[in-house]
Amino acid sequence: MNSTALPHPNYLRARRQSGQTEDPRGDVLRLEAVPFRLISGAELPEVTVAYQTYGTLNEARSNAVLICHALTLDQHVANPHPITGKEGWWETAVGPGKIIDTDRFHVICANVLGGCLGTTGPKEINPRTGHPYGIDFPVITIGDMVRLQAAMLDQLGIPDLFCVIGGSMGGMQVLDWAARYPERVFSAIPIATTARHSAQNIAFHEVGRQAIMADPNWRGGDYYGGYGPKAGLSVARMAAHITYLSEAGLHQKFGRKLQDREALTFGFDADFQIESYLRHQGSTFVERFDANSYLYITRAMDYFDLAADYGGLLANAFKGTRTQFCVASFTSDWLYPTAESRSIVHALNAAAAQVSFVEFETDKGHDAFLLDVPEFYDVLRGFIGAAAEKRGI
Amino acid sequence: MATREVDIRARDIRVDLLEIGRMIEPGSRVLDIGCGDGDLLYHLVHDRRVDARGMELTREGVNACVARGLSVVQGDADRDLVDYPTGAFDYAILSQTLQAMRDTRAGLEQMLRIGRRAIVSFPNFGHWSVRLQLLFRGRMPDTQTLEYPWYNTPNIHLCTIRDFIELCAELGVTIERFLAIDAGGKRSRTANSTRRANLMAEQALFLLAFNGERDSTGAPIYRPR
Repeated sequence: MNSTALPHPNYLRARRQSGQTEDPRGDVLRLEAVPFRLISGAELPEVTVAYQTYGTLNEARSNAVLICHALTLDQHVANPHPITGKEGWWETAVGPGKIIDTDRFHVICANVLGGCLGTTGPKEINPRTGHPYGIDFPVITIGDMVRLQAAMLDQLGIPDLFCVIGGSMGGMQVLDWAARYPERVFSAIPIATTARHSAQNIAFHEVGRQAIMADPNWRGGDYYGGYGPKAGLSVARMAAHITYLSEAGLHQKFGRKLQDREALTFGFDADFQIESYLRHQGSTFVERFDANSYLYITRAMDYFDLAADYGGLLANAFKGTRTQFCVASFTSDWLYPTAESRSIVHALNAAAAQVSFVEFETDKGHDAFLLDVPEFYDVLRGFIGAAAEKRGI
Repeated sequence: MATREVDIRARDIRVDLLEIGRMIEPGSRVLDIGCGDGDLLYHLVHDRRVDARGMELTREGVNACVARGLSVVQGDADRDLVDYPTGAFDYAILSQTLQAMRDTRAGLEQMLRIGRRAIVSFPNFGHWSVRLQLLFRGRMPDTQTLEYPWYNTPNIHLCTIRDFIELCAELGVTIERFLAIDAGGKRSRTANSTRRANLMAEQALFLLAFNGERDSTGAPIYRPR
C-alpha cells in the first residue's frame, strides 16, 4: 500500500480538538480491509477499532510509538478514563517530557480486538444477526490483535513503528509484532511478559472463566440489556488480582489488618482489609469491563505460544531481525517470572538480535510494570532515548 | 572561541581496553562478559565499528549501558554463558573478570564455544610486588590491581601468568597473542616473554583460540579434567 497517498493521521487529532463531543471510545476507525479474516479461519464482516493518539506524527512518519495494553486495560493511556474518571493507566510514563515523550513521539494505543471499549468484541452488534455477538464471537488470538493493529496503521498511513511497547498481554503483542512484522518494528520493549502461556497462567484464567460462566446471569453469554454476570466477573477479577501482586507486597500493605473494626466479627463479612480491598477491586471492575470480553481475551492469552508458530523454536520467530529489543522483568512477579523473560532473551540471542535485558528489584509483583519503579523508568528512558537517536528523531 | 561537540557518553577509557580493541577486527561480532558500565563496549561500537553486546551482573552496570545505547543483558557469567549459541560471536571478551568467576575453567570453555576467539585479561598474581609482599610482610598482597582486602574480595580465583598458560595447555587452547600490561594499563616493554612477564607484568592480556576437535554442534571437545 502506498501510505503517502493517505491523509496524514493528524487530521483526526485536529477533528477531535475542534470541539466535537468526546466519545468514550476516543478516535474510531472502521476497517476498510474487510472481511477481517482471523487466524482461526473465521471472518469478521465489519471491524471497528477505537484508539487514542498523543503527540504529532512527524513529516517522515518515523516517530510512531504503539502501546499495547494489557488484559483489562484499554486505549486511555494518558488521559482521564471516560468511565471511571481516573487518570490514564500509564500517565506516569506517557506525556510531554515523560519517558514516552509526546512532544517527541506520536503515541498510539488501540483497544484490542475482542475488547469492550469500542473495538469490535463480543458485546458489539453482529451485523449478520443485528444482536450482540455474545459467544457467537469467534475465538481470537494475540496474533489477530496484532494483525488488526497493523491493518489500522495501514489505514492511518503509518508505515512502520519507532517503538512497540507493552507489559503483560501487551508484551505478548510486542513479541508477536516483532516476529510477524520485523520490518515495521524499529525497537520493541516487551515488559513482564512471556512468549508462551504456562499451565499455571492457563489455570488461573480458567478459574476466572468458570466463575463467570457459573454465574446464572451469564445466560450462555446472552446477557446484554440485562444485569449480566457481575458476581462471576467480580470473582474472576479478585482471583486474578491476587496474581498481579506478591506475597511480600500483600503482607506489607495489608498484613492481617482488620477493616474498620477492632475485633473479628465471627462472620463472613470482610473482616480483613485484604478482603475489603479485593471486593472493591471486583465491584469496580464490573462497572467498566464486559464479562464476555474477559472470556475471549483470556482465551487469546492462553493460546499464545509464539514458538509453536515457528516450528517450536522461539529463536526462529526472530531470525534475521534488525529490531532492537529491551526486555524487562520484576523480581516479585510470579505470574510472568523472570525465567520467562530470560527464555525470550535466550531466543533473541540465538537469533543474534540486539537485545538488552534487566530484572528489577521490587515487591510490587506483576503490577510493577504499571508503576513508577525508578530504576525501571531510568532504563526505559535510556533505551528509548538511545534508540530515538539511532532512528534520527 | 571555538566550541567542540563533546559526546558526553564517551569517557576516558582504560589503556588496556584500547589494547583489547586493537585485537578485534572491525565489523566482527563481540560479547563482552562482565562489561561493567560499558566503557569497552562503547569504544568498540563507536570507535571500532564492532557489533558488540554485553553481559553484566549488576543492575547498575546494565542500566548505565542501556542508557548509553548499548545492548546489554543482565546475567551471571558463571550461570548464563551456557545459554548462548555455539559460534555466536567472533570474540568473547573477559576483561579483569576471570579471577572473579566461580568456575574459571568452565567459563573459559564456554567462551571458546560461544566465540571463535577469546580475549582474556587478568591481574598477574606472579608479579614481583605480590611475591615480595608475601615474602617480607607475610600478608596478602595489596596492589593497584588487587585493591580489595582478603576477606572481602570478588577475586576468588587469582592466578599467575604461568598458571593461566598451564590451564590453556590443559584445555588444548591455543594462545595466539600475549601482551604484558603494566599497572597503568600500558604495554610493558620490559616483559615480552611470558616467563619474564610472570615476574614483571602487573596484568596479562591473552588472545585465545581453540583449534582442536569439535563435536557435531561445532562446540570444542576439550581435554577431560
